Amino acid sequence: MYRYDEFDHAFVSSRVEQFRDQVARRLSGELAEDAFKPLRLMNGVYLQLHAYMLRVAIPYGTLNSRQMRMLAHIARKYDRGYGHFTTRQNIQYNWPKLSDTPDILSELASVEMHALQTSGNCIRNVTADHFAGAAADEVADPRPYAEILRQWSSVHPEFSFLPRKFKIAVTGAERDRAAIQVHDIGLHLKKNDKGEIGFAVYVGGGQGRTPMIAKKIRDFLPEQDLLSYTTAILRVYNLHGRRDNKYKARIKILVHETGTEELARQVEAEFAHLQGAELKLPEADIEAISTYFAPPALVARPEGWAQLAGAKKADASFAQWVHQNVEPHKHPDYGMVTISLKPIGGVPGDATDVQMDAVADIAEQYALDEIRITHEQNIVLPHVALADLEAVYKVLVAQGLATANAGLITDMIVCPGLDYCALANARSIPVAQAISQRFGSAERQAEIGELKIKISGCINACGHHHVGHIGLLGVEKKGAELYQITLGGSADEHTSIGEIIGRGFEPEKVTDAVEKIVDTYLGLRLSKDETFLQAYRRVGPQPFKDALYGEAAQAA
Amino acid sequence: MADKVLTANRLTDGIAVWLDASGAWNEALQSALVARHTEAVAALEEIGKRDFSANLVVDVNVVDVEEVNGLIRPLRLRERIRAAGPTMDYAPGYKPADPAFIAA
Repeated sequence: MYRYDEFDHAFVSSRVEQFRDQVARRLSGELAEDAFKPLRLMNGVYLQLHAYMLRVAIPYGTLNSRQMRMLAHIARKYDRGYGHFTTRQNIQYNWPKLSDTPDILSELASVEMHALQTSGNCIRNVTADHFAGAAADEVADPRPYAEILRQWSSVHPEFSFLPRKFKIAVTGAERDRAAIQVHDIGLHLKKNDKGEIGFAVYVGGGQGRTPMIAKKIRDFLPEQDLLSYTTAILRVYNLHGRRDNKYKARIKILVHETGTEELARQVEAEFAHLQGAELKLPEADIEAISTYFAPPALVARPEGWAQLAGAKKADASFAQWVHQNVEPHKHPDYGMVTISLKPIGGVPGDATDVQMDAVADIAEQYALDEIRITHEQNIVLPHVALADLEAVYKVLVAQGLATANAGLITDMIVCPGLDYCALANARSIPVAQAISQRFGSAERQAEIGELKIKISGCINACGHHHVGHIGLLGVEKKGAELYQITLGGSADEHTSIGEIIGRGFEPEKVTDAVEKIVDTYLGLRLSKDETFLQAYRRVGPQPFKDALYGEAAQAA
Repeated sequence: MADKVLTANRLTDGIAVWLDASGAWNEALQSALVARHTEAVAALEEIGKRDFSANLVVDVNVVDVEEVNGLIRPLRLRERIRAAGPTMDYAPGYKPADPAFIAA
């Protein structure tokens, strides 16, 4: 993984000291809140319902055991013993004191981490496929390019005060595990006919109150033009983005209002000025960054095949976990392990300090010191020998981290909702917990198969409800919580925005509604191989409307 | 007019607080001073402005409450959760909010 050079160390350390001074001046009263607020936000410090919240960046979701231990240490020393992993592959702490935040940032800097650009109208943490560098279907590792984008975008003077926040995601495989089509810029790493590396470029995707699927404006952008082209997009956006209206300020609105063709023309015109000049990426630089992400030296462990087969035969729970949470690695003797942070009835995305330490220990002992955070709020160990899976599983069981539900109905994306968030209108976590408990049995989940539920507590859609196969949006109606259901959303290579199915449901009725939807699917699917999403796309919303609303739906 | 209390977040640690009868910012909603008429609400707002300017608190707001069996209860769910904490088990050693208090 990437290691800081002297410049990085000096830069991050100087930012910590700047913030230490700013916090001291705020606490002494020298700085007023209006002056301080943008400064704290630039350092990832929000004010939420109960306390401050600190969002720490985990670039493209990659970290090592030393960094994970630091995250555990911060949870233990400065917070309430836990952290919450987010859909930008970051971590949030819910209870830090403002007066402690400079020390927290200083401790983070000691392990090459920071909280820069985790808030504000700037380019946020660049996300990437959590299986990068390990997936069998990968064309190339997207992380070197994500790292190049991180370096380029960090305190970029031209792009630190954009019309609105800006999110970039990169995937290196045909199967999109990074949700690139719901990002401001989505980059799909691919090879052309000549075997050269480049990107398909998508622009103007996003969720929030106006969900949009990104439009492809370039089928193949040579890798050396990555920064020139990205700069061109940002310049067009910076110039024409709707600064007059916060709700229309994201690039998706600009793309929509301008038209894809015209927007692409403007980007290409700007790109023509930039191409081949100072932003051209030298091959040597790409190679230098790529070296940091060189695949680990994986020794052959063919004994794992027989060991794994034997262990699975002896322990059905282990076999189920391997089936659900371990995916094939590009090396046949290894697997990619998903550590679910969705225990049945638990808080999605949360991990305690003890659990984080345990993951760090496992990564160090069994997974070549590599850990990933997924945008689906789980943890991944990308390189685990099949021969070590049983040992890893046993430690995970002891830590309550062995839930075998990756990709199943209880593996939900869930925002913090009204239990924490100052913007939320309704709770998300208790709704997720009730659904998780209702569908918690392993047999029932296996019978249902792949089904992604995503829950947001307000229209800002941090819980990605628009792209949930079943999406739940919490709203406040007449002072009470109500949950609107959308169906048919998806955030993969065939991205779609879910359709609102009808009137909303009260908190005590929403789990029953989800169950009716699931039962309807089970009743109409052509076979067990037809997933919920495939079935929905085949039959449309009507059978589900009929099941939920009966005669009323037919009349409508 | 609904009864009102003055709430904010403490500057140093961000913890939600309410103004009590002694003029201090208190972590317990039940210690809050309840304003029952317009003049009292205006006085609360003035204190809020003063203590915001004095850098004691941030995000100062007057919120509607009712008194039920001697307990102060914010009318909005958001404010009930702010007062009582997350509504589910979230961390070892910390209790979730009382469901009876949170209920609509």
